[in-house]
Amino acid sequence: MFILIVALLSGLIFGLGLILSGMTDPAKVLAFLDVAGSWDPSLALVMLGAISIGFLAFRAAKRRGQTLLSAPLHLPISRTIDRHLILGSLLFGAGWGLAGLCPGPSLVLAASGHSGGIIFVVAMLLGMVIFDRLEKCRQVDSKLNDRQQKNIGRE
Amino acid sequence: MIDWQSFTPVSAFTGGMIIGLATALLLLVTGRIAGISGIVGGLIELRKGDLAWRAAFVIGLLFAPWLWRWLGELPPVHVESSHVMLVLAGLAVGIGTRYGSGCTSGHGVCGLSRLSPRSIVATISFMVTGMGVVYIIRYSLSSS
Repeated sequence: MFILIVALLSGLIFGLGLILSGMTDPAKVLAFLDVAGSWDPSLALVMLGAISIGFLAFRAAKRRGQTLLSAPLHLPISRTIDRHLILGSLLFGAGWGLAGLCPGPSLVLAASGHSGGIIFVVAMLLGMVIFDRLEKCRQVDSKLNDRQQKNIGRE
Repeated sequence: MIDWQSFTPVSAFTGGMIIGLATALLLLVTGRIAGISGIVGGLIELRKGDLAWRAAFVIGLLFAPWLWRWLGELPPVHVESSHVMLVLAGLAVGIGTRYGSGCTSGHGVCGLSRLSPRSIVATISFMVTGMGVVYIIRYSLSSS
């Protein structure tokens, strides 16, 4: 229960930070991405502010090797830079540049009742569902392939 | 050219630090990464035994504009994109962040804070593409 309250609080604080920083305004995000025009570098400072605290937090967490409640950390284990990582990030960047919205700010914008934010979020969730379905199909396919290959090996 | 009129260094940096604090809180108490696309993606996957904290985080996030509005007025936002553009962008962001295992928060904030080589590559990839797409829309398409 304590963990759920902390997660709720963390989400709330995260959202307030997004609103204060200006990330929930797509025009401001696009002005940051528009390096050739009248460039608004604010979002670089958002990243810098977040990373300055994040860096210390991750260093402390790694040094402890566990959470403050002595539970295990759930850090990403993958270290390979593969096609998925790069193609996915390129596609994400294209969408970000099209509308000036990324997942966190879009959820806050939609929750504030903005129709543009709601349209974006519905499409984004649909995109995530499409990915989920494709991924599950792929897993079933690769299992089938494994089984076929085993059978071939037996013959 | 830097647009000094629109530049908001204090609110940007302070807002960033607050995002960092939220990330630190989630990490140090629950051991989880505050990557929004990953948290929402896990909800969509319906991964068992792992849904409650994700739902709690998202509810907190969605509650933020309401709390803000209760205390004052939300800052103005400007959405320039058409509905078709928003749908295309949303689909690209949804599929892209899941395929690339992260977004601005997961790779850009948490990943760079951890000095993860994967996240550095991902962040450069989406930053450069985002800038490229804005350039194409604003300068290449409109001038032709």
